[in-house]
Amino acid sequence: MSEPSAFSVPGSDTQHGASNIQPPATDAILSARNLRVVRGGVTILDVPEFVVREGEVLCLIGPNGAGKTTLLQNICYLHKSFEGEVMFRGKIIGKDHGVFDYRRRVAMVFQEPLLFDTTVFKNVASGLTFRGVDKKEIRKRVAENLERFGIAHLRDRSARTLSGGEAQRTSLARAFATKPEILFLDEPFASLDPPTREGLTRDLEKILLESQTTTISATHDRNEALRLSDRIAFMRNGKIEQLGTPAELVNNPLDEFVASFVGVETVLTGNVVGKGEGGTWIVSVSGKDIEVTEPLSEGESVVIHISPENVILSNNFVSKKTSLRNYFTARITCIMPMGPFIKVYLDCGFPLVAYITNESKESLGLSEEKAVTASFKATAVQVIARKETEID
Amino acid sequence: MDLIFEGTIKAFWLLVTFDPEVMSIMFLSLKISGSATLVSLFIGLSAGSALALTQFPGKKIVVGAVNTGMGLPPVVVGLFVSIFLWRSGPLGFLELLYTPTAIIIAQSIIATPIVTGITLASLQQLPKKMRLQILALGASRAQMVWMLVKEAKLPLLAAVMAGFGGVISEIGASIMVGGNIKGYSRVLTTATVMETSKGNFDIAIALSIILLFLAYLINLVLTYVQQRERPR
Repeated sequence: MSEPSAFSVPGSDTQHGASNIQPPATDAILSARNLRVVRGGVTILDVPEFVVREGEVLCLIGPNGAGKTTLLQNICYLHKSFEGEVMFRGKIIGKDHGVFDYRRRVAMVFQEPLLFDTTVFKNVASGLTFRGVDKKEIRKRVAENLERFGIAHLRDRSARTLSGGEAQRTSLARAFATKPEILFLDEPFASLDPPTREGLTRDLEKILLESQTTTISATHDRNEALRLSDRIAFMRNGKIEQLGTPAELVNNPLDEFVASFVGVETVLTGNVVGKGEGGTWIVSVSGKDIEVTEPLSEGESVVIHISPENVILSNNFVSKKTSLRNYFTARITCIMPMGPFIKVYLDCGFPLVAYITNESKESLGLSEEKAVTASFKATAVQVIARKETEID
Repeated sequence: MDLIFEGTIKAFWLLVTFDPEVMSIMFLSLKISGSATLVSLFIGLSAGSALALTQFPGKKIVVGAVNTGMGLPPVVVGLFVSIFLWRSGPLGFLELLYTPTAIIIAQSIIATPIVTGITLASLQQLPKKMRLQILALGASRAQMVWMLVKEAKLPLLAAVMAGFGGVISEIGASIMVGGNIKGYSRVLTTATVMETSKGNFDIAIALSIILLFLAYLINLVLTYVQQRERPR
């Protein structure tokens, strides 16, 4: 996957670095201008500018009906229901560049594998057959991609007898066999069970890294997006509302909704009630005071985020002589194993989430309903959004 | 009961001895109904595909007309084809009335809505995204339609069976536009009616057995193709 690259969303909040207006990218493989789709008088897609650079993996995330699939299908030119221009390597599709030729240089994989009622081999070969590639080359490229996706042993099996994971591997192999310059993925793993999805995501990550295929993927799975992408675009109501690197979205989400969508665990709303010691500010959340280092104004209503990795749990009261500015007596409401770590839900008067290791759980003797001390630094608290509303 | 028993025995005798008249009627029936089925397949597959894959104002009205046409009474078709081909009719100059061609025309009109309707339903039952997936794999429009037809091949074979079954067994139109002329436009159904009215039940039973056997044979072949073992 490539280096993070620039993207522009005119008019959006400039506090989110990735949202600044940027000049057109010189290495853009795909770009779009004033993309708008109106259906039944309702605007379902409104993207003023869109740039995808060669070799990058861009994930589109957002709630249902956000316009992810509409954006993918339109920039893939599967139907021309939009106003605006889509450019492939600087040439306007449908004007300077033929639609049919463009479609033969890209590929798309859908949520359902949509395999043909024939063998796995013939399915993987289908895109090449459409292009009139000679049989020797078809055999070579199909064999390569069957091997690449670990389905060589299924070569002569009927596509109708495959499991969900095998079918989606076949669908991906079929797309890769055409050597697409851009690969569009429309939630390809959404209907798979978690272990199958995990295995396929891992393999796809490796293949994308090797092939350097420019990829635009719509997904609901934030872990998949965080893992695969160079950049993530958050979509809502047909608009790209925030775009940046995975780190940018997680560390500096546009608002509470984006924060919750990208997996930020603890998002709290509070009011700035005054200054603390040493230049910190005090934010009151459900009657509890949290010290924050970011400059605020008294009376402001703010949304803050505390990363679960930064929350420390202990059985003993923490001395004020440490650098920790925030510590609360908390009750453990739920302990959830997450594989390599454990997620601990706490009630401190406000909800808080901490990530700890299995070893820490054992050594601290943690169990549900147990009282512990939860602490975190003032610098670990991030202000996501500020609201102008006055304190009552 | 004797009538049925003796009739059946004689019918088998006519069949095993390849009675020239019975054989001639059988081959003519096959030729006429086979031709009509081919014509209806050509028109019905094209029209059904076009209807399934395009959107236009009034589509529902057209689909409703096709569905109504699937139950088109043969005598009504016979009547209108007769009027059109009548000496003083709009197509009278073609001099086709009371010819095998006239029967093919009438039977094609009967079978075409059946094939169109089943084609339409077959293509519509495919996943909607299948069409987009085929285009996304770089298919031309013609390749896309062909792939969809291949995907819907099982129900489309049902269209062939229904089309052929509909025309080989109809009588109203055949007798009205073909005239039941011996050795020229006499087919299995018209001959069966005529022999029954003459009291020649043995020949009528023989013709009926052939009719049933032909319908069974054609459908057996198509069923075999439809249900043949898929790759493992």
